[in-house]
Amino acid sequence: MFSRILIANRGEIALRIIRACREMGVESVCVYSEADRDAPYLKLADQAICIGPPSAKESYLNIARIIAAAEVANVDAIHPGYGFLSERPEFAQACRDCKIEFIGPTPEAMARLGDKVACKKAAKEAGVPVFPGSPDALEDEDEAASIAASIGYPVIVKASAGGGGRGMRVCRDEAALRASLKSASTEAQAAFGNGAVFIEKFLENAQHVEIQVIGDKFGSAIHLWERNCSMQRRHQKVIEEAPSPGLSREKIRPVAEAAVRLIQLAKYHGAATCEFLMDAEQNFYMLEVNTRVQVEHPVTEEITGIDIVKTMIRVAAGEKLPYAQKDVQIRGHAIECRINAEDPARNFMPQPGPVSKWEPPGGPGVRMDTHVVTGYVVPKFYDSMIAKLIVHADDREQCIARTSRALREFKVEPIKTTIALHQRLMEDELFRKGTMDIHYLERLLK
Amino acid sequence: MIDIRKLKELVRLMVDNDLTELNLQDQAETVTVKRGYGQAPMIHAAPVHPSVALGATRAGGDEEAGSAAATPPPPPPPAADSEAGLVAVVSPMVGTFYSAANPDSPPFSAPGTVVSTEFTVCLIEAMKVFNEIKAGVNGTVERVLVQNGQAIEYGQKLFLVRPS
Repeated sequence: MFSRILIANRGEIALRIIRACREMGVESVCVYSEADRDAPYLKLADQAICIGPPSAKESYLNIARIIAAAEVANVDAIHPGYGFLSERPEFAQACRDCKIEFIGPTPEAMARLGDKVACKKAAKEAGVPVFPGSPDALEDEDEAASIAASIGYPVIVKASAGGGGRGMRVCRDEAALRASLKSASTEAQAAFGNGAVFIEKFLENAQHVEIQVIGDKFGSAIHLWERNCSMQRRHQKVIEEAPSPGLSREKIRPVAEAAVRLIQLAKYHGAATCEFLMDAEQNFYMLEVNTRVQVEHPVTEEITGIDIVKTMIRVAAGEKLPYAQKDVQIRGHAIECRINAEDPARNFMPQPGPVSKWEPPGGPGVRMDTHVVTGYVVPKFYDSMIAKLIVHADDREQCIARTSRALREFKVEPIKTTIALHQRLMEDELFRKGTMDIHYLERLLK
Repeated sequence: MIDIRKLKELVRLMVDNDLTELNLQDQAETVTVKRGYGQAPMIHAAPVHPSVALGATRAGGDEEAGSAAATPPPPPPPAADSEAGLVAVVSPMVGTFYSAANPDSPPFSAPGTVVSTEFTVCLIEAMKVFNEIKAGVNGTVERVLVQNGQAIEYGQKLFLVRPS
């Protein structure tokens, strides 16, 4: 096991990793930018190192500074958390070059599954259901038009190197397709430095369902079942839950097992999430693979009882996966509400600033993953998520009731947060039925 | 035998940081220092071999130990006054501080060294690359705040210079 780990991240996920290290008797070293200098969670690490000014580019995204901190602190490994450098193969490579273990996949496995086109190819090999569409980056408009005709409209044009909704265009007929290809390629070139695009079948009213997988360095891998993350706004998840409502184990098992084969095929060790869109007939189509721990990992932890962060550290340290597939049992239901420092009444305008009142909920089945305490100042330089409220109960109905109860106790002042929005969503009819699609929340907010 | 300088340092650390209790343990010894407001810190040291005992209550005996226990440590000098009129040279990077080009060379700068903005005051090494750190100000070095081989973080103060 490692003696010392450097945490190349901030906020709630940094605290999450500090806690896992503390429980395992591993020393934690946390980097911070000047904007996070007074953050209380830093005191919970064994050591904290200032690596730069507030801008993420000069701190949390700065490979040289992070590696330098890892060297002066003499760490064995680096945990990248999520976001920032967690899915950059060049960062995993820099760690390897400096003989520091990267807690995640090898740069090769990360690059393979991180590239949409290469990943799709590997997915087909592993038997993971994918979107019918172009096999590779498109050559020209005519090729696109003929493929679109065979898979049927509507189709979506996507950037090969992109994500997060950028460089995407939905086309309902050939004329729209031809017009969109040019503009999507230009946008992709500007945003990602790569103008390659491909097309896929587009699903109306789909749900977002993802499979959590984890593998060790010896080729063993398991899945921890699925999460449903259909409540989204601008491609950002707002509510996540596990298991997916109304989805039988018989229906999801073959998909989950295929996701396991995929990471084994790619020689991937560590935690990964295979994301899918699911249509009304519960057919699955793979979107992409996230080669890191996800924000919403706690809902899976709650229903399986498995600590994903600790398991990531263990496999990185060379241990065998401590669980076999048969050991993974689901108990009850879990919901996570992402609480953001945003004002829903003013188009979700970010709300940085001091938090004078912070009264988080508690009680049975209530878990708070947050770095915020009374007096904390939310910095303006980073994303607006300030807390994750995770609730577990015996079934979905009780879980929703418990989440409503917890949200009512949750008081934050003076900054505005999305707590009231979550309260409203717990009462929402479609959410309670579990039939919300990925565009539902945006329609509701209009 | 407990190092008296270490003990004095511990006491100063406690006062500077307003600690009430400090407990240190390694393979050779355990030291507990307790501090009550308005009182002199009490030092209890429990080494592995009980024959060497050092307690605040001992009269006579070890002169140094006695004086450490009886005399309250001086209050730390207020940081603001001691840096008034001085410009700090801060580190622009994370790395290891080196005061000289190599172990045999004299240090780049020491108290009294006259520096200019482009004057190299030290090296900071990261990932096997040695970076020359410039003074950034014209003046005379008043104080060196770090030690050769010390780990340095971004923004850390390295030198205090009296500008000319």
